[in-house]
Amino acid sequence: MKLRVDYRASVSLVGTVLKYLAVPLCVPLLVALYYGETVVPFAVTMLLTFSLGTAMERLEPDPDIRAREGFLMVALTWFAVTAVGAVPYLVEALGIPGVAPPAHPASTLGNPANALFEAMSGFTTTGATVLGDISFETHTRSIMMWRQVTQWLGGMGIVVLAVAILPELSVGGAQLMDAEAPGPGIEKLTPRIAETARALWGAYLGLTVLEAALLYGLFLLGVDDGMTLYNAVAHALTTMPTGGFSPEARSIEEFSAAAQWIIIPFMVAAGTNFALFWHALTGDPRRVFEDTEFRFYVGVIATLTAILSVVLFTGAGFANAVPAGSTFDAAYLSEFTGRVVGQLEPAVRQSMFQVVSIVTTTGYASMDFNAWSPVAQYLLLFAMFIGGSAGSTGGAVKIVRWYVILKSIRRELFTTAHPDAIRPVRLGGRALDERAIRGIYAFTLLYVVIFFVAAGLLFLDAARSGLDLSVLETMSAAASTLGNVGPGFGAVGPMGSYLAFSDASKLFMVGLMWLGRLEILPVLVLLTPEYWRR
Amino acid sequence: MRVVIVGAGEVGSNIAASLCDSHEVVVVDHDPDRVEELNYSLDVLAVAGDAASIETLEDADVGAADLLVASTDDDETNLASCGTAKALGDAFTIARVKQYGYLRTWERAPGTFGVDFMVCSNLLTAEDIVKIIGLPTAVDVERFANGLVEMAEFEVDDDSPLVGQTVREADRYEMLTFAAILRGETVELPRGDSRLQAGDRVVVIGPSETVHEFASTATPDETAGEAEMVFVVGGGEIGFQTARLLQERGISPRLVEQDAERARELAESLADTVVLQTDATDANALDRENFGEADAVVAALDNDQKNLLVSLLAKRLGAGQTVAVVETGEYRDLFETVGVDVAVNPRTVTAEEITRFTRENTTEKLAFIEDDRAEVLEVEVDDDSGLVGRPIRESVPDLPGDVVVGAIVRGRELLSPRGETVIQSGDHVVLFVDAERAEAVTAAI
Repeated sequence: MKLRVDYRASVSLVGTVLKYLAVPLCVPLLVALYYGETVVPFAVTMLLTFSLGTAMERLEPDPDIRAREGFLMVALTWFAVTAVGAVPYLVEALGIPGVAPPAHPASTLGNPANALFEAMSGFTTTGATVLGDISFETHTRSIMMWRQVTQWLGGMGIVVLAVAILPELSVGGAQLMDAEAPGPGIEKLTPRIAETARALWGAYLGLTVLEAALLYGLFLLGVDDGMTLYNAVAHALTTMPTGGFSPEARSIEEFSAAAQWIIIPFMVAAGTNFALFWHALTGDPRRVFEDTEFRFYVGVIATLTAILSVVLFTGAGFANAVPAGSTFDAAYLSEFTGRVVGQLEPAVRQSMFQVVSIVTTTGYASMDFNAWSPVAQYLLLFAMFIGGSAGSTGGAVKIVRWYVILKSIRRELFTTAHPDAIRPVRLGGRALDERAIRGIYAFTLLYVVIFFVAAGLLFLDAARSGLDLSVLETMSAAASTLGNVGPGFGAVGPMGSYLAFSDASKLFMVGLMWLGRLEILPVLVLLTPEYWRR
Repeated sequence: MRVVIVGAGEVGSNIAASLCDSHEVVVVDHDPDRVEELNYSLDVLAVAGDAASIETLEDADVGAADLLVASTDDDETNLASCGTAKALGDAFTIARVKQYGYLRTWERAPGTFGVDFMVCSNLLTAEDIVKIIGLPTAVDVERFANGLVEMAEFEVDDDSPLVGQTVREADRYEMLTFAAILRGETVELPRGDSRLQAGDRVVVIGPSETVHEFASTATPDETAGEAEMVFVVGGGEIGFQTARLLQERGISPRLVEQDAERARELAESLADTVVLQTDATDANALDRENFGEADAVVAALDNDQKNLLVSLLAKRLGAGQTVAVVETGEYRDLFETVGVDVAVNPRTVTAEEITRFTRENTTEKLAFIEDDRAEVLEVEVDDDSGLVGRPIRESVPDLPGDVVVGAIVRGRELLSPRGETVIQSGDHVVLFVDAERAEAVTAAI
């Protein structure tokens, strides 16, 4: 069989990306030097990625990217980067025999399946963790910073970053960005795609720096002693990509109300179409508020927050008892009910923080929502499917797709009464192409089908490996990894981990995260024979 | 004034005919037969040749002309003619275009394409149609003085309560002026004791609300209020513009278009219109959408026969008011005779608009009644005018023709003209004039 796809070109470009991955690895390396920790995990990985990348580049000196090569390149890039990104975790736990001893032999990331899960969860900005214990006792500060950096790289998109800085990608760049960027289609902001990519990364970088500065400001003002420079940078690095990793075991619960209030708007911004920031900065700020998707996005967040606030304020949102094997105890439950029930600011803040975190698929938590009642938890499960805006760093289905689906359902109702009527579905005054609408239906249906099948498979594997899982736990694990959200409920809750799953389940969820980040089709198309044939 | 008219189609010939008495007119057309014919039928110089070529326009001596009217059937040719005229001399250029897009471009920067005044025939036609909708018995409506004054022409039906009444009895409204009664071929200036007959057409001038009130007493069985359900049949440019203007008025029309692709295009640009993709003669499909209950039906298909058919079908199913676009000028009367309420001819509409521009500067707006049997003018009077300083009772009889003062606008205020009213310098007056004497009257004011 002669292949129609020029896989050499794709592999060669993946090599280029891998070569450049050595640069961000400098960040944890410098952190390691600062804290006097071992630099071996990062030095080894830099050497590995550089030589591997160079070797892959040799395969095709002059890569020519077309649509099919683009899909392959994007899908492969995310896998290759994840594999390389897992190496520091392995080296930290296992060391290099004969060269360097392990820094923390007790780390759960010595298991390759775990290391791969943690790396994929990082790059895809999921934020689900398999660390047995999140603390600086069992991990170096540099490794914890690497987790944050992987999320920041994955947020705006590794390929988008590559398009921004690699001149050889300028021709096929739009194609590549389209395959990687969240939402249906990309918006070219400038005639040159590389400049568009640079503008998006520029806005992303600017917001990250701003958030880090504001958070560190709290520390300097003495408002929040926990928000050290390390923590301020670490959390800015995972808010803007809607990541959710935190070097703190209790996530954002660790910090003051002021810090939580600062993080909320940055999560909202991270779930907004970054093209809007570009428009706002280049002279038309009103456009942000006139944007249909943005208004719908804000409306959904406000509605869910309002409902949840009422539920928490009245106390109906908290669990009645502590079930056996919970992630929280009776003292925790009574402390939080005492602090939130009947208190306006804490009720609104806890509701808004959790709603924004889940809708934007960030995955932070300002309290353990396992202590909530089923009605409040159900609201969050529902929110897991909404997702951020198109062109944001958020995951899941994306708000614009739901908006188009709702509008086209309304159209169906209208044409039932008026069978001859032609009624285009409008998004902000602009009529949408029927093919685009079909694509949105197909994606959303596929997403839901994959979610149900995945949840079923996780059940089967749990039964095989003797793991006792509730329906909510399993479904939330599937929804959370596929939507790149992070936390689920029960054992996989915001303060818990995915460690208990079998290796097979973890590798399966690695696939789900990969599928979810690239929005299913670019990965799925690689599995069809038509793609590979002439 | 030396006028060059480019394109001797229906529009160009109409303009040539109305201007040739008082101006030097040169007509350019690409068809030698038509040129030959024009040279004999009108007192104009007709030149054969390509309207956009510099040689032809030099032949017509555009360099020495004061006015160029580009009125061929082709938009681009008209624009090129105007541009060429600007290269040759300093004539004031008027271009007729069909496409609304050119007008929008021109409105952004008047003077673009070398055009000093642009007339969009499709838009004008649509504007005419939209003005008529809502006044079921009106056959013609024009607005004056920035919309403060409305002139409407009504037909008096057999069952109208006005039949047999005198003008004094019918004119129960303080602000309303009866300007004329059109009976058969004659134009009669109404006196208090003139008696209205069935089949007459009356021209009234007054504020918009009063005109609407009058309309509902003229035909009490038909609702003269705002039309709510309007069907526009045919999604060509005129149909599109009509729907767009109705949308602007807050009415959500239903637009019927047969072609799937065009229907989609229309639906994309008209957010508040229900676009129906169906054959306009498919009675079942129309029935599903309650075609018969429409307050008004506009037939704007590209074919006169089909427009007639649709209008008659609408009438038969019980629709309120029918307006049909008729491309062939001669069919207009025929259409109205067989039962179409109003027939609108895009070319007449265009020719009227262009002729308005060639009148003396004091005339701000002009409307033609019944194919130029009479005219309604809006004039700003100055101290030299024969109307100023005396009561209307004394000044009007001195004018060189029959004149009815329909309305006086002083500042933003509308005055009802009575015999003793004294017109002041700076007033805007709306006058009804017999067409034959119009030029002379205009000169005297």
